[in-house]
Amino acid sequence: MSLKSPLGRVLGLGSAKEGTEHWWSQRVTAVAMIPLTLWFALSLLALDAYDYVTVTNWIAAPINTILLLLFAMTMLYHSKLGTQVVVEDYVHGGTKVVTLIGLKLIYAFLGVASVFSILRISLGSA
Amino acid sequence: MTGVALSFGTLVFIAWLLSAATGPEAYGRVQLLIGSIIGQLAIAGWLFAFYYHLGNGVRHLFWDTGRGFEMAQARASGWTVVGFSATATVISWLVAFW
Repeated sequence: MSLKSPLGRVLGLGSAKEGTEHWWSQRVTAVAMIPLTLWFALSLLALDAYDYVTVTNWIAAPINTILLLLFAMTMLYHSKLGTQVVVEDYVHGGTKVVTLIGLKLIYAFLGVASVFSILRISLGSA
Repeated sequence: MTGVALSFGTLVFIAWLLSAATGPEAYGRVQLLIGSIIGQLAIAGWLFAFYYHLGNGVRHLFWDTGRGFEMAQARASGWTVVGFSATATVISWLVAFW
């Protein structure tokens, strides 16, 4: 006999009240990162040079802008999920809460910074 | 472990993007840093960490399907990832300078 209430069973959030969201997002972003990282690595290797003009022209091509935005956002989300687990496992007490909030703020900044940079280059104001 | 190292790598990636969005002078300064001996060593290390993380990530996704848990299989897939990471790093480096 299960002592779980019907509502608790349907919601499936478990004792941490977060369900499988973190675990599942980690897997989905991991799968997405396979083609995105390989595309990024191969594209950079295929460039003739790494000077300002070549690189900004490459970023500004529509398909590269789209994939680079996806690459940056997926990577930061995947990285955030991973570092969050490291902190949850190895940092304790009040320091843990402060570190987790600090990480969130840092990742928010990095996300905005990368999206802004890519769009500024692509939309031609750089 | 390699994930934490790669997370620091994203900082360099974003610094590189930001500098490209700022202008040629800023981009030149970051390129100089990346092009230095220490910068190149760091890139080589991150490249290996990336392939290792990728290989073990695929290994874990395969484990998620409930297969490959026998001791011999786990050992074999582990060494396959080490071999793959080393080979892929060397090949990438050769292609980059070719």
